[in-house]
Amino acid sequence: MKKIATREAYGEALVELGRENPDVVVLDADLSKSTKTINFKKHFPERFFNMGVAEQNMLGTAAGLAAAGKIPFCSTFAVFAPGRSFDQLRNSIAYPKLNVKIASSHAGITVGEDGASHQSVEDIALVRAVPNMTIFVPADAAETKKAVLAAAKIKGPVYIRLGRAAVPVLHGEDFLFEPGKAMVMRPGRDATIIATGIMVAEALTAAEELSKEGLTVRVLNIHTIKPLDVEAIISAAKETGVIVTAEEHNIIGGLGSAVAETVCEHYPVPVYRVGIPDVFGESGTPDQLMEKYGLKTQHLIAAVRKATERSRRGRE
Amino acid sequence: MEQEKIAWLENKAREIRAHIIKMTAAAGSGHPGGSLSAADIVTTLYFHLMRIDPQNPSWPDRDRFVLSKGHAAPLLYAVLAERGFFPVAELLTLRKLGSRLQGHPDMKSLPGVEMSTGSLGQGLSAGNGMALAAKLDGRDYRVFVLLGDGEIQEGMVWEAAMAAAHYRLDNVTAFLDHNGLQIDGPVAEVMSPEPVTDKWKAFGWDVQEIDGHDIAQIIKAVEAARRVRGKPQMIVAGTCKGKGVSFMENQVDWHGTAPKPEQAEKALTELGCR
Repeated sequence: MKKIATREAYGEALVELGRENPDVVVLDADLSKSTKTINFKKHFPERFFNMGVAEQNMLGTAAGLAAAGKIPFCSTFAVFAPGRSFDQLRNSIAYPKLNVKIASSHAGITVGEDGASHQSVEDIALVRAVPNMTIFVPADAAETKKAVLAAAKIKGPVYIRLGRAAVPVLHGEDFLFEPGKAMVMRPGRDATIIATGIMVAEALTAAEELSKEGLTVRVLNIHTIKPLDVEAIISAAKETGVIVTAEEHNIIGGLGSAVAETVCEHYPVPVYRVGIPDVFGESGTPDQLMEKYGLKTQHLIAAVRKATERSRRGRE
Repeated sequence: MEQEKIAWLENKAREIRAHIIKMTAAAGSGHPGGSLSAADIVTTLYFHLMRIDPQNPSWPDRDRFVLSKGHAAPLLYAVLAERGFFPVAELLTLRKLGSRLQGHPDMKSLPGVEMSTGSLGQGLSAGNGMALAAKLDGRDYRVFVLLGDGEIQEGMVWEAAMAAAHYRLDNVTAFLDHNGLQIDGPVAEVMSPEPVTDKWKAFGWDVQEIDGHDIAQIIKAVEAARRVRGKPQMIVAGTCKGKGVSFMENQVDWHGTAPKPEQAEKALTELGCR
């Protein structure tokens, strides 16, 4: 299967967007080669602003650009935005609902060798708790492109979470990306894996494996963490009885929390959260880290088995 | 500058100070000290220097004013109301539930507010963004930013200072309301930012020092700033916290305390606005 990092797709999508819309401007904080905003810089140097190693000022400047009618895309690593610049995101962007897009790469532990200081495990939790925010976590390159174009059409702040490592391309060019609408990637009635970002690919592999044991597992792709597709989650709870969530993020505050909150309120069923178990990461290859922190296909398979067994026992 | 116009602005600033007293007294909370210290600067900007149209607050070519020290909201609101952006009667709703006059400025709720501020240190960055947009769009508007001298302890201010010079934002004119006091005491004792003039110069800004209560000097400084090419301009304005009300002047406790009714009466008497 073809593999492309979502940050690569972001770099390409920005150029397309730049051609379409002269109001789009791009800011980076000395990481344009890593975040791939350098592509935009090459095509539209007059609309690209390198803000240096100063993420707080980058977000604040973007707020002013947006207040004057521009559509700024800000990029750095997720540990720096929303991480380091959280208050600027909150007070200068989200509160006044300014039209700023924060597209951060190197989210999660698949940053790899740089280690824990650069591996954001909490960015979704941070942004999710801020009113007015929309959050996209694209699963692959194709989704990233659509998310970027969709973000530009939304009037208000958007956070797009991107990754460093190459990940499988799950979609063809032609598919419907509707902000706030989950995608059923695979049907199933015995359990649902609700996944986001790069974990969607792992979830699909897990579902395929489990089908050999006679379990049909639905895979729900939550590319929009906020606003959350509550209906799709409730349907999964009602129709499959157990849910396993999958995210490359702390199990606290991210997709798992969002799903558990929703299910508890509307239709309580067991929810098992697969994610980073409330610890910081470390140096290693992305693959080693995914293995060590429990984010591989086999971890999802184990979680689905545990969940379905509990559900079966519950019925007996 | 003709004396008549200056006298008119001085009188307008006195009325603005009276509003600040009435508003904070009615609210029972708020920040009179730093509102009074910057009253002459902001009054002169809105009533003489800035290109604005209160009937058309989103006019693309308007000059912008960003109150980076957002706690001086009573000052901004009083000036905006007197300038005709919204009814003067609404000033007394400051800090009340449902009011457009939030404790710190909310650009979404009140016409004329260019940026939501309150968390210190962020206004200059926003002002820079507006100025960059002006350059991109070939518009000739100017962005004015008011910073507090305690506020410049925030590191982000210096990130923004660097960026404004780097991008040669000569359409940014900032004022430092240098009143020397912050919540916990004298700025020099809490965390001295001195020498402020040298710092802004070192960051690549054109810097002037003025008396922030002398309207002729404020006008002259802005006119000089407008002639600067290729550099942002900082006007370090020496001010007195609580200016215009004898018992508030240079008293740190009036940073964030509202006058009680009898204190408000006394202040308004001094301001000749009873």
